[in-house]
Amino acid sequence: MSMMASYWPGPQSFGSEAVAMNNKGFRRESFQSSTSDEDLVEIAGGALDFSTTDDDPPLDREMLGGFSLYNGGGMNGTSKMMDFLEEPLPGVGTYEDFNTIDWVREKSRDRDRHREIATKSKESTWALIQSVSDAFSGWLLMLLIGLLAGSLAGLIDISAHWMTDLKEGLCLQGFWFNHEHCCWNSTETTFEDRDKCPEWKSWSQLIIGHEEGAFAYVLNYFLYVLWALVFSLLAVSLVRGFAPYACGSGIPEIKTILSGFIIRGYLGKWTLLIKTVTLVLAVSSGLSLGKEGPLVHVACCCGNILCHLFTKYRKNEAKRREVLSAAAAAGVSVAFGAPIGGVLFSLEEVSYYFPLKTLWRSFFAALVAAFTLRSINPFGNSRLVLFYVEFHTPWHLLELVPFILLGIFGGLWGSFFIRSNIAWCRRRKTTKLGKYPVLEVLVVTALTAVLAFPNEYTRMSTSELISELFNDCGLLDFSKLCEYVNDFNSTKGDDLPDRAAGPGVYTAMWQLALALILKIFITIFTFGMKVPSGLFIPSMAVGAIVGRLLGVGMEQLAYYHHDWTIFSGWCSQGADCITPGLYAMVGAAACLGGVTRMTVSLVVIMFELTGGLEYIVPLMAAAMTSKWVADAIGREGIYDAHIRLNGYPFLEAKEEFSHKTLAMDVMRPRRNDLPLTVITQDSMTVEDVEAIINETTYSGYPVVVSRESQRLVGFVLRRDLIISIENARKKQDGIVSTSIIYFTDHSPPLPPSSPSMLKLRSILDLSPFTVTDQTPMEIVVDIFRKLGLRQCLVTHNGKLLGIITKKDVLKHIAQMANQDPDSILFN
Amino acid sequence: MLAQHSWESMKILWLTTVVCCVLAPASQASKSSVDIRCKCICPPYRNISGNIYNKNVPQKDCNCLHVVEPMPVPGNDVEAYCLLCECKYEERSTTTIKIIIIIYLSVVGALLLYMAFLMLVDPLIRKPDAYTQPLHNEEENEEAHSLAAAPPPTGARANTVLERVEGAQQRWKRQVQEQRKTVFDRHKMLS
Repeated sequence: MSMMASYWPGPQSFGSEAVAMNNKGFRRESFQSSTSDEDLVEIAGGALDFSTTDDDPPLDREMLGGFSLYNGGGMNGTSKMMDFLEEPLPGVGTYEDFNTIDWVREKSRDRDRHREIATKSKESTWALIQSVSDAFSGWLLMLLIGLLAGSLAGLIDISAHWMTDLKEGLCLQGFWFNHEHCCWNSTETTFEDRDKCPEWKSWSQLIIGHEEGAFAYVLNYFLYVLWALVFSLLAVSLVRGFAPYACGSGIPEIKTILSGFIIRGYLGKWTLLIKTVTLVLAVSSGLSLGKEGPLVHVACCCGNILCHLFTKYRKNEAKRREVLSAAAAAGVSVAFGAPIGGVLFSLEEVSYYFPLKTLWRSFFAALVAAFTLRSINPFGNSRLVLFYVEFHTPWHLLELVPFILLGIFGGLWGSFFIRSNIAWCRRRKTTKLGKYPVLEVLVVTALTAVLAFPNEYTRMSTSELISELFNDCGLLDFSKLCEYVNDFNSTKGDDLPDRAAGPGVYTAMWQLALALILKIFITIFTFGMKVPSGLFIPSMAVGAIVGRLLGVGMEQLAYYHHDWTIFSGWCSQGADCITPGLYAMVGAAACLGGVTRMTVSLVVIMFELTGGLEYIVPLMAAAMTSKWVADAIGREGIYDAHIRLNGYPFLEAKEEFSHKTLAMDVMRPRRNDLPLTVITQDSMTVEDVEAIINETTYSGYPVVVSRESQRLVGFVLRRDLIISIENARKKQDGIVSTSIIYFTDHSPPLPPSSPSMLKLRSILDLSPFTVTDQTPMEIVVDIFRKLGLRQCLVTHNGKLLGIITKKDVLKHIAQMANQDPDSILFN
Repeated sequence: MLAQHSWESMKILWLTTVVCCVLAPASQASKSSVDIRCKCICPPYRNISGNIYNKNVPQKDCNCLHVVEPMPVPGNDVEAYCLLCECKYEERSTTTIKIIIIIYLSVVGALLLYMAFLMLVDPLIRKPDAYTQPLHNEEENEEAHSLAAAPPPTGARANTVLERVEGAQQRWKRQVQEQRKTVFDRHKMLS
C-alpha cells in the first residue's frame, strides 16, 4: 500500500548521473566526470567519440556531494520558481485531461512548498499564523467533507425512502411522509398488519376508493410500474443531459483517479448534483441496485470540490488524492454506518497511496460523516442504516460448515456475476446495444418492475428485504417469514427455542427462491447501465436470501432430527441453537466478498452493522472462503474487471510481474523505429520546438546536451512547453520563431544580431528517473508502482536511448498476460 | 495573497453557514410532540392476541406500565404480560423530513425546467451567431490554464454579469457534450 514509502536503494540507482538539487536558490549539479564517461564509451566499443569540452555545462564542483540524501533525492525544476521572485505561469505543472500525474513531481512540489512556509514562519507573526492555518487546513477540510457527505447521505436516504413508497401510495397527513413515518403516530396499527394505517392510502384507495378486488390490484400494479418507469426515465435523462459522468458506480473510476489518472469533471459540481439527484431516482425506481458505491463517488465529489477552498490542495494533485482517499472512507462510513469499515475500505479497496496521515484524516472524516448522518437520523431508528440488526445468540463450532458452504456459494456467485456482467458490458460497449442507453434503462426497469410487483419480497426495497432477512424471529415479529408454530407453554421470556415452521415460512421460502432468481439475473443487466448504480446491496440481498434459506433449512433439520449425532451435543429439543438471521448475514458477507474480493473491510463493515463481536469468526470464515473460491475461478474483483474492460491506466499494486524481460524490450523507440524525439538544451529555436510539438503527440520530451552526444539533461513536459512558449510569445519582447530556446543555466554566447533568447530552465525537470537498458522489467514495474512514476528514461552507457511510459508498462503487462495491449486506451 | 486568503475564508464561512442551516432543524425540532413516540409491541399471550401500543410519552415513562392502556390482563398477570412486551422510545424530526423532501423536489423540478429550457426554448432564441466560435477557442485555452476554480478576473473577459454567465454556460455545455461523447457515443468510459 505505501508506495513511495521506501526509496529504492539498489545497485541500479537510476538517476545517478544527473542528480540536480535545488534548494533556496543554490544549485548543485553532479555530473559524472568526463573520464568515467569516456571509460564507459570505451567499454562499449568506443564507437562514439564525443568531445567533452563543448557540451559540458559549468560545474559547481565545490557544491557537490552530501546533498543527494537530502529530501530523499528531491527532484523537480519547477519548484525553483518559488525561490525567484517571478510567479509561476498559470498552467505550468498541471495536467491535461486523461493523463497520468507524476506522483514524484507532485510530492516534491509539496515538500518545497512546505519548506518555504516553514522558513517563512520564523520571520513574522503573520507568516506563523499562515503556517499554522496551513497545517490545520487538512483537518478543517476533513471536517467540511464529513459534514457535507453526511448531510448528502441523509438527504439521499430520506428522499429515496419517500420516493420508494411513492410507488405504492401517498400519505394524506402530509405528502412528505413515507409509509413508515405516515403511520408513525397512528394508534390504529394492529399486531397483524403493523404497517397499515388509515393515514396511508394506496393508489387504488385514492383513485377508486377501495383496495380489494382484481381491478384495484391491477391498478396498483400499473401505477407501480409507471412510477418506476418515470423515475428511471428521469434519472437517465438527467444523467444524459447534464452529467454523463454521474452514471455507474464510480468506484472503478475513483480507483483509477486515486492511482494518479486525471478525468476532468468526474468529481465536479455537476456530477455531484446530478449523481445525488439521480441516485435517489434510480434507487426508488426499484431497480436492482444500491446507493453505497455511488455514495463513495458523491463523497469524493464533495472532497474534490471542497479542495478548491484550500490552495494547498487545489494546486497539488497528489495532495488532492490524499483527500479523496479520506473522502471515500467518509462515503462508505455513511453508506453503511460503519466508520471504521469505511476507513478500511478506503485502505483495502480504493486507495493507491495511503500514508498514515491519510489514515488518521480518513478516520476523522468518517467520524464526522457518521456523526452528521446520525444527527439527521434518516431512518428514525437512531441508526445509520436500515438493516441494522442486533442479536447475540451464540453459534456452535459445527455451524462453521454451513458458513463455509455459504462462503463457497458467495465465491461461485461472485465469479459468475463478474463474468456475465463483464460479458454483457462488453457487448454494450462494442455492439449496437450501446446506442440505446435510455431505451435499455427503460426496458430493464419495466422488466424489473413487472416481475417484482407480484412477489412481496421483491416489491419492497432491497434494503428492507435485507433488513427483514437479517432479522431474528421473535415472538414480537409477525411476518410470513416468522410464522412458526408457537408453543406458548415452553416459552420463557425472550429465550425462544427452535420451532417448527408454519405454512407462512414455507410460502416465504419459495417466494424468496423466486426473488433470488430474479435478483441474480436482473443485477447482471442492471450494473453498468447509464444510471447511478452500486452493487453492494444487490449482492448482499442475493447472499442474504441464500443464507436465510439455508438457515431455515438447518433450523428445521435440527428441529426434526435433534437426535442425530451431529446435533445431539448442542441442539437438543427445546434449545435455541440456530439463528437463520445470522446465516443471512454470513451469506450476505460471502456474496459481497465474492464480488468485490474485500476481506478485512468487509468483515468490519458487517460487524459494525450488527453490533455483535461474536460473529467475527463466522464472517471471517465466509469472507475468506468466498475469496479463495472466487480467486480460483477468476482473479479479478468486479472493480478491477471494469477497470480492465474500460482500459483505464491502472497499475495494479497487488499483482506480481514475473516475466524475464528487460527495459530495452519495452522502451520506445523500438529497434526499427525512428530515433527518440529529443530537444537539445541550447541549440534549438522556437520554430524547431514548435515543429516537434506539432509533429508528435508525446506528452514530454527529453532534453539532451546535444544530438551527437545524447547525454541527458532533463525532461520537459509538452504541456509546460506549449504554455511557456505561448506565454513568451505574447508577453516577452523579442521572442520570434528564430529565437533560441535554452535550458542551460547560463545563456550560450550568441552573435549580437540574433534575436533574444528564451530561457526555459524553470520548466525543466532536472532529475528525471533513469534506468539502464539492462534493468529487468520487474524492477521497472516496481519503480512505477511504488514511486507512482509517469515516465522513466532509459540510458545505455550514460547515453539516452529511449523512454518507458506508464502506458508502455501497462501495455507490456497486458501483452505478457496474453491480453490485447491496445485495450489500454489512455496515456 | 491577502485578498485571496480572505476570499477563501469567506467561502469557508459561507459553506459552514449552509451546512449549519441544513443541520439546525435536525437538532432543534426533535422536541415537538408528533416527533416522539413510545411504541410497545406485545406478543400474543394466553388467549389475548398480540397488540401494538403507541403513545406520546417522555423517555422516562416509556415502559409497558405507562403505555399499555387499557391493560388487557388482570392485575396479577400484568407483570408476566409486561415482561413479554418490548417498548422502544423513538425520536424523529418531521421538520427535517419536510425540508429535505421539499428541497429535493424543488431541485428536481428546477433541473427538469432547465432541461426543458435547454431543449425547447434555447434553440429558438439562440441564433447561429458567428462570435461564439472564436470565443470558444479562447476559452478552451483559458480553461486549460485554470483547471482549479480560481476566481474569475473581474472585468478582464466579460463585461456584464449576463455575459459572464453566458460564457460559463457555454463552457459547461461544451464540457457536457464532450463527456456525453466519451460515455454515450464512444463508450470509452463507464460502460
